[in-house]
Amino acid sequence: MVSVTLNEVRKAYAGHPVIHGIDLEIRSGEFLVLVGPSGCGKSTLLRMIAGLEEITDGTIAIGDRIVNDLSASQRNLSMVFQSYALYPHMSVRKNLAFGLGNLRMARPEIERRVAEAARILQIEELLERKPRQLSGGQKQRVAIGRAIVREPQLFLFDEPLSNLDAELRVQMRVELASLYNRLGTTMIYVTHDQTEAMTMATRIAVLNKGRLEQVGTPFELYNHPRNLFVASFIGSPKMNLLQAEVGADGRAELAGLGHLTLPAGITTRGKITLGVRPEHLVPGGSDGDLELPGKVSLVEYLGSEVFLYVLLSTGQTVLAQAPGNAPFRKDDPITLALRSDDIHLFDAAGLRLERAQA
Amino acid sequence: MEKFFRRNFAGYAFLAPWLIGFFLLALGPIVASLYLSFTKYNIVRPPQWIGLDNYFYMFQFDDRFKKALQVTFTFVVISVPAKLIFALAVAMALDKGVRAIGWYRALFYLPSILGGSIAVAILWRQLFDYNGVINAVVRWFGIDGPYWLSDPRYSLWTLIVLAAWQFGSPMLIFLAGLRAIPNDLYEAAEIDAAGPVRKFFAITVPLLAPVIFFNLVLQMIEAFKSFSGAFVISGGAGAPLDSLLFFTVYLYNEAFQFLRMGYASALAWVLLLIIALFTAIAFWTSKYWVHYENERG
Repeated sequence: MVSVTLNEVRKAYAGHPVIHGIDLEIRSGEFLVLVGPSGCGKSTLLRMIAGLEEITDGTIAIGDRIVNDLSASQRNLSMVFQSYALYPHMSVRKNLAFGLGNLRMARPEIERRVAEAARILQIEELLERKPRQLSGGQKQRVAIGRAIVREPQLFLFDEPLSNLDAELRVQMRVELASLYNRLGTTMIYVTHDQTEAMTMATRIAVLNKGRLEQVGTPFELYNHPRNLFVASFIGSPKMNLLQAEVGADGRAELAGLGHLTLPAGITTRGKITLGVRPEHLVPGGSDGDLELPGKVSLVEYLGSEVFLYVLLSTGQTVLAQAPGNAPFRKDDPITLALRSDDIHLFDAAGLRLERAQA
Repeated sequence: MEKFFRRNFAGYAFLAPWLIGFFLLALGPIVASLYLSFTKYNIVRPPQWIGLDNYFYMFQFDDRFKKALQVTFTFVVISVPAKLIFALAVAMALDKGVRAIGWYRALFYLPSILGGSIAVAILWRQLFDYNGVINAVVRWFGIDGPYWLSDPRYSLWTLIVLAAWQFGSPMLIFLAGLRAIPNDLYEAAEIDAAGPVRKFFAITVPLLAPVIFFNLVLQMIEAFKSFSGAFVISGGAGAPLDSLLFFTVYLYNEAFQFLRMGYASALAWVLLLIIALFTAIAFWTSKYWVHYENERG
């Protein structure tokens, strides 16, 4: 187990910056997920940690050692690639043993480690097969197996589940989480899928356009997003955003929808954005601080719950979540209630407005 | 029947040039040469059937035939690997993101286009002449260069160098093959602590094997058939001391110098069988070293 420290790390391609000075401390034994939309630089950052991409500026330390000038193989880490990157001409056994052979490890030790990894990942019966004879899920296990035989101090995962179908992805997610619990090694995991990030991470780092937006536990990111980007990126379905203006009386006016008394301690004036998660818009509720009238435009039934797309009188559509047995149909008139304690407020620059601690 | 022809006339009309060419210029001469190989034929008199005598003579008494085989085998065994190694080395250098790669590709391919021509063979003769450019360069270092072309110890080597210099076409095929190897594999190998040599032998060579095999078969056939360079440089006779007596040069001599058309036809069929045999051997061994990505089983 080892910590990883990024200090003012920058990357530019031909003078065009893509990573703008990232400071990040990944604690020893932590499962950190780097999440963000396509092109945000998360894979580049991971590849810089791996040593596959040069660092333009700043330092990366693994443990106490600055690794800027060390090659990938000298960093004592393993990486699982999105494409799996299994050697197609080698059997599964040889794929697993390749790196160990390069380290000039004794043959009995190589065999022991391969057998152990195969047992953990339940791929013992696949050892003599070639990658082309494996299913996507099996290839994924072999790729993970190749990473764990090294017994590295750090695991890197680059979108390892994105080539799998939905069902398998959920299954592998659980297996990766249990593997993490079993090994306890520091892991850095890149994904664009916020559900993967939320379910597996001990901490999440949200990246956007080469900048770190927020680092925190899944709970912190969901309940206290630092800005509008994190608020709308984390959570599925997305947070509803409504425009409002705070008047001299300290109340927020939502154009055409009424007034809302802001929680105590918010003293801002002028334009703000009000965010509310779908589960906090209560259909037919009557104990809210604000009621939004509208019409159901679409119903998504998921069994245990139902998502209602509600067209408000202002023409904006919001999403509300209701229990699976809620009796709503398309075109039904509906009132959504929200409580001021459940809302997230962001200033005109998109930064979170924190209420004063009680 | 008539209706069928009327309906398909246009199709056959378009095919006609190829069909006429194939039957008249390819299949016809092939069949004729097979027949002639069992005859004594000097163009002037009609062919005279002698059965397998041409073949018996060839294998039992003809020392020049044996010499031609020896020269040709030596040329194939040395020039083909030399050319392929050179082509692969250049392809790997170009694969490393060189600027203006299109120009280099064209530049390196140029010798292959010119290579088979008489003009390049003549140029080669000038270069390797005792008073040629090569010896002039060697002289700068105070060495008196040998008679490259007229010394039997060196003459074949000049042709091997000429063959290796025509590396453009296998190089382009190698380059395409290298481009098809996913970069992920090299990165995975990098993390797996593989050095450049290990990466080459453990990743590049096995994944390039189908391309290497293709180039090997193609270049081997090409080398067996190699003619114009040896013909021009050896003055058309395989000189000096038959050291450049390529099989094709010997065949040409028998056919057009001594007008032994029957015997030359037999030589041509033996060359065909040799090429077929070596190609078959290459295919047979390929199952042990060529890995195909989309292969089942």
